[in-house]
Amino acid sequence: MKACVVVFPGSNCDADTYHALKEVAGFDTDLRWHGDTDLEKYDLIVIPGGFAYGDHLRAGAIAHFAPAMRSVGEAAKRGVRILGICNGFQVLLEAGLLPGAMLRNDSLQFRHQWVDLRVESTETPFTAACGQGQVLRMPIAHGEGNYFADPETLRQMGHERRIVFRYSDEEGNVDPAHNPNGSAENIAGIIDEGGNVMGMMPHPERCSESILGGTHGALIWRSLGL
Amino acid sequence: MSVSNYRVTVIVRPLDEVVDPEGDTIELGLHQLGFEGVANVRSGKVIEMVVSAADAIHARSLATEMSEKLLANPLIERFDIEVGQGSVTQQ
Amino acid sequence: MARALDDPVSDTALTAVALNRFEYNRILERLGRPPNDLELGMFGALWSEHCGYKHSKALLRRLPTDSPRLLVRAGDENAGVVDIGDGMAIVFKIESHNHPSAVEPFEGAATGVGGIIRDIFTMGARPIALFDSLRFGPLDDARNRYLANGIVGGVGSYGNCVGIPTVGGEVVVEDCYAGNPLVNAMCVGLLRHQDLMLAEASGEGNPLILVGADTGRDGIQGATFASVEDPESSARGVVQVGNPFLEKLLIEACLEALSTDAIIGLQDLGAAGLTSSSVESAARAGAGVEIDVAKISRRAANMTPYEVMLSESQERMLVVAESGRESEVIDVFDKWGLHSDVIGSVTSDGSVTITESGKTVAHVPIEHLNEPPEYRLAVEFPDYLAGASALDISAIPEPKNVGEALLSLLSAPNIASKECIYRTYDQTVGSNTVAGPGADAAVLRIKGTERAIALSTDGNGRACYLNPKAGGAMAVAEAARNVVCAGARPIAITNCLNFGSPSDPMVYYQLYETIEGIAEACEAFGIPVTGGNVSLYNEAAGRQIYPTPVIGMLGLLENVETTTGIGFAAEGDVVAVMGDLAGSLDGSEFLKHFHGLIKGMLAIDLDREVAVQKACSAAIEAGLLRSAHDISDGGLAVALAESCFAGGVGVNVDSVPTEARIDELWFGESPSRILVSISPKHRSRLLDLTASVNVPLHIIGRVGGDRLKLARNADVSLDEARQIWSSGLANVLSGRMEAQYT
Repeated sequence: MKACVVVFPGSNCDADTYHALKEVAGFDTDLRWHGDTDLEKYDLIVIPGGFAYGDHLRAGAIAHFAPAMRSVGEAAKRGVRILGICNGFQVLLEAGLLPGAMLRNDSLQFRHQWVDLRVESTETPFTAACGQGQVLRMPIAHGEGNYFADPETLRQMGHERRIVFRYSDEEGNVDPAHNPNGSAENIAGIIDEGGNVMGMMPHPERCSESILGGTHGALIWRSLGL
Repeated sequence: MSVSNYRVTVIVRPLDEVVDPEGDTIELGLHQLGFEGVANVRSGKVIEMVVSAADAIHARSLATEMSEKLLANPLIERFDIEVGQGSVTQQ
Repeated sequence: MARALDDPVSDTALTAVALNRFEYNRILERLGRPPNDLELGMFGALWSEHCGYKHSKALLRRLPTDSPRLLVRAGDENAGVVDIGDGMAIVFKIESHNHPSAVEPFEGAATGVGGIIRDIFTMGARPIALFDSLRFGPLDDARNRYLANGIVGGVGSYGNCVGIPTVGGEVVVEDCYAGNPLVNAMCVGLLRHQDLMLAEASGEGNPLILVGADTGRDGIQGATFASVEDPESSARGVVQVGNPFLEKLLIEACLEALSTDAIIGLQDLGAAGLTSSSVESAARAGAGVEIDVAKISRRAANMTPYEVMLSESQERMLVVAESGRESEVIDVFDKWGLHSDVIGSVTSDGSVTITESGKTVAHVPIEHLNEPPEYRLAVEFPDYLAGASALDISAIPEPKNVGEALLSLLSAPNIASKECIYRTYDQTVGSNTVAGPGADAAVLRIKGTERAIALSTDGNGRACYLNPKAGGAMAVAEAARNVVCAGARPIAITNCLNFGSPSDPMVYYQLYETIEGIAEACEAFGIPVTGGNVSLYNEAAGRQIYPTPVIGMLGLLENVETTTGIGFAAEGDVVAVMGDLAGSLDGSEFLKHFHGLIKGMLAIDLDREVAVQKACSAAIEAGLLRSAHDISDGGLAVALAESCFAGGVGVNVDSVPTEARIDELWFGESPSRILVSISPKHRSRLLDLTASVNVPLHIIGRVGGDRLKLARNADVSLDEARQIWSSGLANVLSGRMEAQYT
């Protein structure tokens, strides 16, 4: 597995993601600059969390014009696995590689907390090592994670099993009381039609080692290594 | 006394002498997109509302009070108020 | 340019730069001529309390600064540098931003966070954690609530964006902070020994490069502003607005530029802007500097040399590069989209020379600027202390229902959960957070090693008000106890001293005594003070704040796996108290909450404190403890409740043999006490261990069930208690969105 993490000005989970991919997952991993366009050699491209360009205007709005994002778009078409985490998810939405948009959290506050996530689909390269309906515990840390899409898009994604994670309680019950940000249908992660571009708000790179309080994030890396 | 509803728009802008990180970053993004001839980008916010008042002058004075007390922070922001012509329906 | 000798400067002009006539005459003496307006402004800024520490410097010399662990001593650099082994070191410092936060809370707090982060990465360290110790006036008042919410918003906004986890801090509410909130931010950085960078402007001819934001009229005279009593009424420049995105670029660019080896020195621009940064870095090297203000990019038109030299525009750095290699440095900044200007060079004449397009506009020997007068005032016992310490406990009835009293106390803002605040902070970015807010101390693993560091910030204004010396020592002791409970050994502190006006003899006494207490405690623990900050003139409406030292404690764990949390871990575990079972109510939250009393005699036995902490450390390192929790605000009952909440399990305390009053038993707050839980099989080993060091150990009950059962009449539902504790602070902080600026 040859992986890279794309670094934008204002990315702040780049080093964490690099650490998880290289030291925990054992992937051959590079950090690549947002101005780089030679991303052909990678099997996995991760757009990390942070505040690319300070999240000004809209989260991800300015980052998606970076030269590297053209290469990411081309790689997506070739079937390369692309993972956007948190701000990276927002960038993929702005770039049109995933449907929908992010609104401010319904609390109007930045929220950091550990959440429970129900795995809705194991038929993706990112979740193949998970059990169907398995509940994962991961941290979220964002101010704009309130996923929005029109009803037709939501219906179609549900139909095509492209909703990968939903916020739930620890037993896996999906209800409004366990929706930390107001996301439509408690959506925490989705995948594209081609099945190779995934966006998720929770941070698997922050829960891949037991000393950090949880190891469910490592399931994502294990799935990618299968 | 009859009361009408006025569409009021408050535009809040950073004071000229205050740094505007959002404006600066948008300017950077525009330059990167090739809009080289762009400068002095400033970013503020627009707040729209329907206000019940005796007349347009009263609507404006209410909006001014709202802006001073809540909508703008006079230490770092200034505001402009637009009051629409005629009355509208408040829902 | 020079003022004629017979053209005396007016009192108004001196007041504007926060200098007095005596100081002005000293300047005349040293220069042998009157200063011009720019020079006078530079003296004013550097001789301000904020930069020059003129009232506190003599007292601060009392603090111990020696330790074999220190790579850089206090005062020599921006922050202390402490060896943690494996070739790694920690750089940490705490600093106040009280006065700006009283005026514009969001930006005041945000720029406070930004400033302390710059102090850390300028030394070549990667910032890895932030702490925020916040103090507010009563939250039933709309203005205090506005200040509190703005400050919390500013702290979160900056730290979250710049990508440094906020892993701890404090939130304290007292009447004395009304209108004068305290915002103390601590930043912690990690570096390899060989990457340490000093803030020195050395080597004649080496270029000075100003990097980052353009210079505007922001916060002109901020340093002097922090050194007058009523900042809101004094004339001042534009409010500083923080730009965490730019700061993030500066962090990455500076750390990358440092790896070129072409940088000689690095200094951030903080209070008094370019004036203090250039003078201080030249002073450290015994060199001089020459700066052409015309070469500095500005954000506003028609700025005078005075405005440029004293601007406090945020997110700027002064880089001293090796002559001939400046382009290597500038290239790195260009890559990160950062603007840089070569604005001058290092000289050998020991003076700061400011020119504007070739014309000299200021020329002052640096030793004159850098050595402000020091004031030593008489230390007199203030009248209030006799009254404040006279507490007649027998006149206070014992509570009839301990359960009800506990629930009420759990809802008090100083005791209630702070989660409604810290959940708005990113606590885990960096992927090092082993324990975050809500624990006694934050614990961060050090990647690539087995080690971890534990940190805590603690202050106790109320205790210092009642007994400044004991309070100062207690603040150090509590901070140490907190890192010990997490499994670490204390190794160094940084401190932020928040006090009122030093010209008030009461305040000067408080400052003198508090520093004495801090010094004695540090000596008892054998740890140094690595640096810090003094914030004076904290008063509003003519009332001085409580003397409020905030201690930032650094502890080290040799093995991260030994870290211990505060939560009860397993049903059936034995619950015990190390140290005295009951405590004193003097100066307690209980007395304040139920009786409105701020009274009492406070004392700490440092020998006992050290013994209790060493016993706890030894027990943790021997693997005996399943939990350890400092007994502090609210006493034993509150500590028990917190250990239950953190563990999600109840407790049954059925053995409390003591002659003490029931309120002293459950709510007394004497120091040197730790609540622990152990597996029953370790009971005798722990008893042996504590007995061998003469530390009392009281076995008081068992973990289990879903209730908090306390002997001598309390039995409350854990869920109910948790609900009250979780919502106490959130309820008072929320409320309607209010008119903000009136």
